[in-house]
Amino acid sequence: MSQHTKEVFFGLYNDEEDLIHAIEEANAQHLDIMDVYTPFPVHGLDKVMHLEESRLHIAGFVFGSLGFLTAFGFMTWVSVRDWPTIFGGKPYWSVPAFIPITFELTVLFAAIGMVVSFYTVCGLGPGVSNPVLDERITDDKFCIAFETSNADLDALKAFFAKTGAGEVHTKTI
Amino acid sequence: MHAPVAPVREPLIEGHKSYHNITEDLCAPTEKAPSLSWIIAFVISVATMTFGLFALAWTIWFGIGSWNLNRTIGWGYDITNFVWWIGIGHAGTLISAILLLFRQKWRTGVNRAAEAMTIFAVVCAGMFPATHTGRPWFDFFMFPYPNTRGPLWVNFNSPLLWDLFAISTYFTVSLLFWYTGLVPDFATVRDRAVGFRKKLYNILSFGWTGSAKHWQRWEALSLVLAGLATPLVLSVHTIVSFDFATSVIPGWHTTIFPPYFVAGAIFSGFAMVQTLMIITRKILNLQEYITINHIESMNKVILLTGTIVGVAYLTELFIAWYSGYLYEQFAFFNRAMGIYWWSYFGMMACNVLSPQIFWVKKYRRSIYITFLMSIFVNIGMWFERFVIIATTLARDYLPSSWSYYTPTWVEIGIYIGTLGIFFTLYLLFTRLAPVVAVAEVKHILKSAGDQYIGERAKGSQGSESIHESAH
Repeated sequence: MSQHTKEVFFGLYNDEEDLIHAIEEANAQHLDIMDVYTPFPVHGLDKVMHLEESRLHIAGFVFGSLGFLTAFGFMTWVSVRDWPTIFGGKPYWSVPAFIPITFELTVLFAAIGMVVSFYTVCGLGPGVSNPVLDERITDDKFCIAFETSNADLDALKAFFAKTGAGEVHTKTI
Repeated sequence: MHAPVAPVREPLIEGHKSYHNITEDLCAPTEKAPSLSWIIAFVISVATMTFGLFALAWTIWFGIGSWNLNRTIGWGYDITNFVWWIGIGHAGTLISAILLLFRQKWRTGVNRAAEAMTIFAVVCAGMFPATHTGRPWFDFFMFPYPNTRGPLWVNFNSPLLWDLFAISTYFTVSLLFWYTGLVPDFATVRDRAVGFRKKLYNILSFGWTGSAKHWQRWEALSLVLAGLATPLVLSVHTIVSFDFATSVIPGWHTTIFPPYFVAGAIFSGFAMVQTLMIITRKILNLQEYITINHIESMNKVILLTGTIVGVAYLTELFIAWYSGYLYEQFAFFNRAMGIYWWSYFGMMACNVLSPQIFWVKKYRRSIYITFLMSIFVNIGMWFERFVIIATTLARDYLPSSWSYYTPTWVEIGIYIGTLGIFFTLYLLFTRLAPVVAVAEVKHILKSAGDQYIGERAKGSQGSESIHESAH
């Protein structure tokens, strides 16, 4: 975690629809939002915040392909090269029999790979504790946060007043 | 903002809840001291678990000679219970994955507990293959590891090995899916807690902040994991059925097994979800989140899958007759009319006939009938596995080796013990984590809360839509 602290100026809204309208207003005023925090996934946020679509599914595909190749390649190598054995009169390279394990390892690699990627790119994991701006953000408050260092505080105050933020606070994190 | 909801949809969250009410109600069970009923249930569960572990230790100490398996009937209680538990696990993934893909909102009320149930059921199931050889310290032989005997690899053409990969993958993926869903809710509990509990939930919540980008990724991850878990859950019981279907035993060697096992698994899984949810909602006061509508939806799934299972039983009988194959015909005659006739009739009565009661809406919405039915289905599905395994083996090709199997106290003890393990883990889970997914319930509040939709909504739905169309 970074050592330097920063001062955050944030407003809390009581409803996700107010939050969306506020973000649209902030976009119109060209305010530089640091981050938005919500207690549950609010649909439509990615659009107003111009968040790009997550690329996690690409990671899933890559890890899944890796699992596929690992399983199928390993079973092929074992059955054809390393120790060829005849089971039930079938060919050494009995592809249909390899399908179940190939499928399972594809899913396993994709799932583990995606979950690890998710926590890595989000900077989350066991032992991580991120600063909490307000303890009600995981309950029922919707938060827009600005960094004070590069913003005009009066403009932000006017913005929060105009968009109907229930509370406004400053916190150093 | 929310897509319009059809007026026929019934509310899934009752009691005019606000977001804060939801947090309070769902986090409360983890914050209060345990109730007397919880303590009694926990003591009983731990006692049963201890007895089961004793029976298991007995098995390992004296060997599997302490079981009543014999030369003819090599698979008995162990595999029966293994398949039963794996089947029970299936409802959790079905609810959390398949219903997520189908956008069924009622899943949010029960998915968390059902997924937990999946994980605990797979733990119970896994005990049987791990110990049925009597030498669990050699379990690593099951994995393909480089060894000094060549290396001599495992047989990749064996369905038993496929099963090992299927069950391990299923357990891992279910655990990851469940925990990722839990992280935001652990953060909610963390932000309400003080002292030691704050430290504990700080570790469990992985530093979750609720950032918009994190939520976006979290939803993307949930969706792809659901997409992966859907074929996975179908594959697991398919592969379990391969353990039987790829053999050449009459009564096992049938192509109908994979779909029939999967339907049966979902059937028994939902029954166990009903058993647990009816008790949980009562004890933890969650009737407004796990409503009669949730129970009715699950009863519809039970009715559908129970009927599929019934059709499979009848198809098996028909095909046995139609095949003209003497051994197959005898195997099915033996199931229904042979020495284990009582288990066949128990299976038919519990699995096929009794769920038909759910065609009647009044019974689908009755808590008592649902609870009773869920127990019937659990018993019926246990009988199904026993019928397939013990009955079939008891009468093999050679009449001189025909045999009869009754379990010893050790086998029964291990079975009862797994029930103890299951309920102990479940009870601990109800203390540690919100039993209903907090964030997901908040997410559907505006499209499923009773102040927004249904008869008791502020300003009824009908007049609102007329009002809107007038614009």
